[in-house]
Amino acid sequence: METATKVIVMGGSWGGIQASVTILKALPANYSIPIILVLHRLRNHDGNLQDVFKHKITLKVVEVEDKEMLAPGHVYLAPSNYHVLLEKDHSFSLDDSELENYSRPSIDVTFTSAADVFARNTVGVLLSGASKDGSSGLKHIFEKQGTVIVQDPDEAEIETMPLAAIETIPGCTVMKLDQIQAFLLSLHDR
Amino acid sequence: MKLENEAHFEQDVEELIKEIHTQYGYDFSGYARASVYRRIKRFLSQKHLTSMEALRKELFSDSYFFENFLQEITVNVTEMFRDPSFFLSLRENVLPILSTYPFIKIWDAGCSSGEELFSLAILLKEEGLLDRTKIYATDINQKVLKQAKAGIFSAANMPNYTAGYYAAGGKQEFSSYYSSNYGSVKFDSSLVKNVVIYPHNLATDFSFNEFHLILCRNVLIYFTRELQERVFKLFDESMVGLGYLALGKKETLAMSGISSDYNFVDKNNRIYRKIN
Repeated sequence: METATKVIVMGGSWGGIQASVTILKALPANYSIPIILVLHRLRNHDGNLQDVFKHKITLKVVEVEDKEMLAPGHVYLAPSNYHVLLEKDHSFSLDDSELENYSRPSIDVTFTSAADVFARNTVGVLLSGASKDGSSGLKHIFEKQGTVIVQDPDEAEIETMPLAAIETIPGCTVMKLDQIQAFLLSLHDR
Repeated sequence: MKLENEAHFEQDVEELIKEIHTQYGYDFSGYARASVYRRIKRFLSQKHLTSMEALRKELFSDSYFFENFLQEITVNVTEMFRDPSFFLSLRENVLPILSTYPFIKIWDAGCSSGEELFSLAILLKEEGLLDRTKIYATDINQKVLKQAKAGIFSAANMPNYTAGYYAAGGKQEFSSYYSSNYGSVKFDSSLVKNVVIYPHNLATDFSFNEFHLILCRNVLIYFTRELQERVFKLFDESMVGLGYLALGKKETLAMSGISSDYNFVDKNNRIYRKIN
């Protein structure tokens, strides 16, 4: 199986589903970089988040399974009630330990772990949300010289999460959704 | 908190794992590294330690400190009726079959502080099976086993657990199973009179009995594929024909060598039955 050389980690909370759909719907089915999507969800509730995406985007949307290998053409959804971590061999490890920032899955946990494995080849995107989760993970990506993008708070449904990140990482790039979309498309190896 | 020698962190962890094995006999070499790194960093920060060397010194000079470390590295986060649909499925799809046996043996592997054990015991009681069931509850961590034995949990969690209990098909007033006292609740000790609680290490210990049902939920995610494989074999050796295996919601037999010997009873809740 083709393994990843880069990874995109995207996180959001309130307003994050809509924002991520808007970005992801422009990406082709053979998009060359795997995307891990961490959205805050109700605990103990399976919901139908996968279905929400299924009809709107062409990439394959799957819930992360433990020990599965990261592969292109996929959007990996963090499951309800588990943190998502990455291993050196680009496989997933799930984790059901303490909540972080009152959340499980926590965006910080996945961002930090992705940066530990992919370092400068990590692209972190933080979207709308009414929480401070994601900032410290994004900072870790920045310190590992990865790419750090925050949704423009003016455009976000809830600005708390983007604002917290901008305050934590003075060097981050602020973009509107269409700019994030164009940027991710520019990373695609045809 | 910033680690002094971040660049060597992973290498230092590998050395520490070897040293812990030699000194204390606990083998963490089969633990998924991403979560081990995270838990060690968390522990360092809690203890205000800024280097792995400082951690080493404490670990090997103070066995109490090591116990504390063990407690933190092995995840002990648990709750009663976690994933209520799993318990409902157990009640509806598994217990009626187990009720046809004169005597039932269950292994709750990685029982942690006992929340799952008491949930299971309540289920068995309500289905009229508790008196002829023996449950073996094991964990690597002796400290949490003491908690499990006591059956004392924080009262603050009860609203959440009560909701889980009813979602799992609970038939009584949930509060009839416990008595409250100053922010804690103590569960009725008759629930666990047929329970044997003792330490067992899935990474190194062997099969010790044969079971009709083995529960091991959200333990295997902390292991590497190799260690998972060992544990699956161990479970298979510890399983009666047509016995049941219950994993965590996001754990799977699919990639293991024993997968063709098991069928799904409930795919969504990861309940398997041994067919060969």
